[in-house]
Amino acid sequence: MARGEAGRRGADIRSDCWISIEETKSGTIEIEVKSKTATLYGDSIRSLIEDGLRTMGIGSARVEIEDQGALPFVIMARLEAAVRRLGLEPSQPYLPPMLSECTYTTSRDRMRRSRLYLPGNEPKFMINAGIHHPDGIILDLEDSVHPDEKDAARILVRNALRQVDFMGAERMIRINQGKLGYIDLEFTIPHNVHVVLIPKCEDAEQVKQVDSKIEAIRQANGISQPTFLMPIIESARGAIKAFEIASASPNVVALTIGLEDYTADIGTQRTKDGRESFWARCEVVNAARAAGIQPIDTVFSDVRDMEGLRQSVLEAKSLGFEGKGCIHPRQINVIHEAFAPSDEEIEKAKRIVLAFEEAQSKGLGVVALGSKMIDPPVVKRAIRTVDLAIATGKLPDNWREQHEG
Amino acid sequence: MKDELVRNVLGRFVPKVVNGRPQVPFAGVGKYKPKGHKAAPPIASCVDYHADGNKIVKDLRTALELAGLKDGMTISTHHHLRNGDYVANMVFDTAAEMGVKDLMWFPSASFPCHAHNIKHLESGVIDHIEGSMNGPLGEFCSRGKMRGMGVLRSHGGRHQAVQDGEVHIDIAVIAAPTADPFGNANGLTGPSACGLLGFALADSQYADKVIIVTDNLVPFPCVPWQIHGNYVDYVVVVDRIGDASKIVSGTTEITRSPDRLLIAELAARFVREAGIMKDGFSFQGGAGGTALAFAIFLKDMMKQAGVKARFVRAGSTRYTVEMLEEGLTDYILDGQTFDLEGVRSMRENANHVWTSPFTSYNYHGKGNFASMVDVVVLGATEVDVNFNANVVTHSDGLLLHGIGGWQNCLFAKCTILPIPSFRDRIPVIVDEVTTLCGPGELIDVVVTERGIAINPRRIDLIDAVKGSNLPIRSIEDIKAEVEKICGGKPAKPKFKDRVVAAIKWVDGTLIDCVREIAQ
Repeated sequence: MARGEAGRRGADIRSDCWISIEETKSGTIEIEVKSKTATLYGDSIRSLIEDGLRTMGIGSARVEIEDQGALPFVIMARLEAAVRRLGLEPSQPYLPPMLSECTYTTSRDRMRRSRLYLPGNEPKFMINAGIHHPDGIILDLEDSVHPDEKDAARILVRNALRQVDFMGAERMIRINQGKLGYIDLEFTIPHNVHVVLIPKCEDAEQVKQVDSKIEAIRQANGISQPTFLMPIIESARGAIKAFEIASASPNVVALTIGLEDYTADIGTQRTKDGRESFWARCEVVNAARAAGIQPIDTVFSDVRDMEGLRQSVLEAKSLGFEGKGCIHPRQINVIHEAFAPSDEEIEKAKRIVLAFEEAQSKGLGVVALGSKMIDPPVVKRAIRTVDLAIATGKLPDNWREQHEG
Repeated sequence: MKDELVRNVLGRFVPKVVNGRPQVPFAGVGKYKPKGHKAAPPIASCVDYHADGNKIVKDLRTALELAGLKDGMTISTHHHLRNGDYVANMVFDTAAEMGVKDLMWFPSASFPCHAHNIKHLESGVIDHIEGSMNGPLGEFCSRGKMRGMGVLRSHGGRHQAVQDGEVHIDIAVIAAPTADPFGNANGLTGPSACGLLGFALADSQYADKVIIVTDNLVPFPCVPWQIHGNYVDYVVVVDRIGDASKIVSGTTEITRSPDRLLIAELAARFVREAGIMKDGFSFQGGAGGTALAFAIFLKDMMKQAGVKARFVRAGSTRYTVEMLEEGLTDYILDGQTFDLEGVRSMRENANHVWTSPFTSYNYHGKGNFASMVDVVVLGATEVDVNFNANVVTHSDGLLLHGIGGWQNCLFAKCTILPIPSFRDRIPVIVDEVTTLCGPGELIDVVVTERGIAINPRRIDLIDAVKGSNLPIRSIEDIKAEVEKICGGKPAKPKFKDRVVAAIKWVDGTLIDCVREIAQ
């Protein structure tokens, strides 16, 4: 008899489960539940599985589950993956309800200072990601997922998009390259994905193909909200074509760089000072600014070195980047604090913004601060600084009322 | 036999009689005040002891024989050697050899290393345990396999029970990292150094017979004498009293979980924002990963604000020692040392003071330190919407932990429970706790990764953090969110009628009980 298995088992597994399904001819459903939460949720696990098999059109099977405290959306994902691995196409997917907490939208120009990578096949990291308040979370289907688990991760990520409250963080996914990436899109785009990260981007064509694939899925599902794109430059060729990539579609909102692959591609190694990637990073900033989108820096991967992270963010900020990738929730606050404008910057920006508003109300074309003329780009930067200061809690919303002279 | 039950003031049904002794149901915090006089051991005469002060006997069996060990007696041991203790197991192995039965084991706490004694519970050498039961022993009791009824007490409650005569100790066996032939003993030096011996203090004073077991005999005088030889009958020298690597750890680890760190940070921020963190304040920190992280966050905030504490109640670790040595606190008042740095500091620093359940926790004394502490952080397995908390059973009904000093610490001016709102899929914030160990009126703040709930009785604390950017929410609100995440209300565990363990409150009344688990 055919058998399908999905998930993970063992005493050191947390918040996940292992499910095996075997086709039978008995015409009945047999379920064996071993769960660390059997006393509290044993009956509920059993009925969840029964309901799932009914939904997917399976009437005769033997199911075993070994559960280490998996939440319902995880059990549902593992069950569907096991059924698909049996070689059965479910009559319909076993979708958990879309929670109202998962339906918020994003905007083109929102802050993207921190983006937290979450491995797409690891439920335990997803569940509490939102409480650390990153600007964005990335459900990763690419490098953090083993090639044999891509199918299971896709279903888990889809269910997480419908059930996990990321508490206002921008909801991103990183898809695989090529055809695999298109399947990733089919599984996830209908479930309120805000931004798609396109890995190893080398030309505009790649971006356009992903964009049109998304467009097709959006139309088929009647989705009105835009799905934005963030291409990742990870090769010498990609770096050369950075501007073409950044301006490939109006849906591109940010451009970022992945340094592990990039340094390998140019035949060197990543170092702490990063001289080897200096040009490429500047190129990304330049291309992004030229295209009117946000330049976002690479991931800082030493989770124990908080001072190193802070220095790295300050350096990224000085180069013109607006965001940084991270892989551990404790990195988020360090990133936000380092991107926050300094007290001096805020003071100066406030004076410029007030002078600008005064000039506008008087109908003056020229903004002046004391005896000095202020150029429009300086005003623009001051407005951005004030917005950032408000967003990071360093300046109250009503700062104008409190401003003295 | 079915236990006769009575409903206490919290609505919990508790047995009227426990192991043959009539009980008083919990009547409310501070409501029960017994009359009468304390218990006392028999009068001894120095005529019966060698004038040269030598009380050494050849082995533990000889000491137990001389002490008059017989069926049905109460034997006490202590947990200052924690999971590295050999002595409690030695005692019951020896009792088994001697053919003694039906003993009551009265440990200050038991650890997984004491699962060894399950065979003596099965064979009837030990009838039952009165004392915290951790891990395997707790499960043994929960499954109804113990003959008599278990009784769980806090550290302070254990002292109270001994001094009030609720528990009469026939023989106390005290493991001593260093001792002299007269019986003076301390925990500061020797291969099994553990810091202090405070948990054995009451036993040394109130037991009929006292045996010191040491692996580091020094000539008289053994100073400082944490245990006075004048209380001691016999001294036994053995190769090893414990496994040093399990007595204290080389290092104490703070939690690496980002969620626990967030909880600890929120708790520290609460202490700061509520104005508790000010010059001359005091706090109690434990050795759990979250409590350690709390102390580290608080330390940084104290440094930033230039604030110094008067004393830290501990559970000392290298982190509390650092605070003392960096001048961030004047004193450590220590109940037990968790790592080698703690032991070193206790030896070297005059301001690292050893305490005992008598000074810190005893409810039937002329005051105790517990209510003088400004803020304490504690754990819990469950907390309900009335802020009642559980520390002994899990949500599946199994008894797996002791009370420790937990109930005693609830009397701090501000009691904070920094806990996750659910563990894996198991809700921690619930409608009603499985076992009620601490009444909600003493639990002030619950800090979870999903927000901070302040007990509505503490209007002062609610006002104190108004205007701060702390995520304050109602406990019902957090509970509803948790149930939504976990997939609905959890089912309740199924129990049989039989009561397997009684839970004492700090004044000796019964606050709740644990029943045998079904299945």
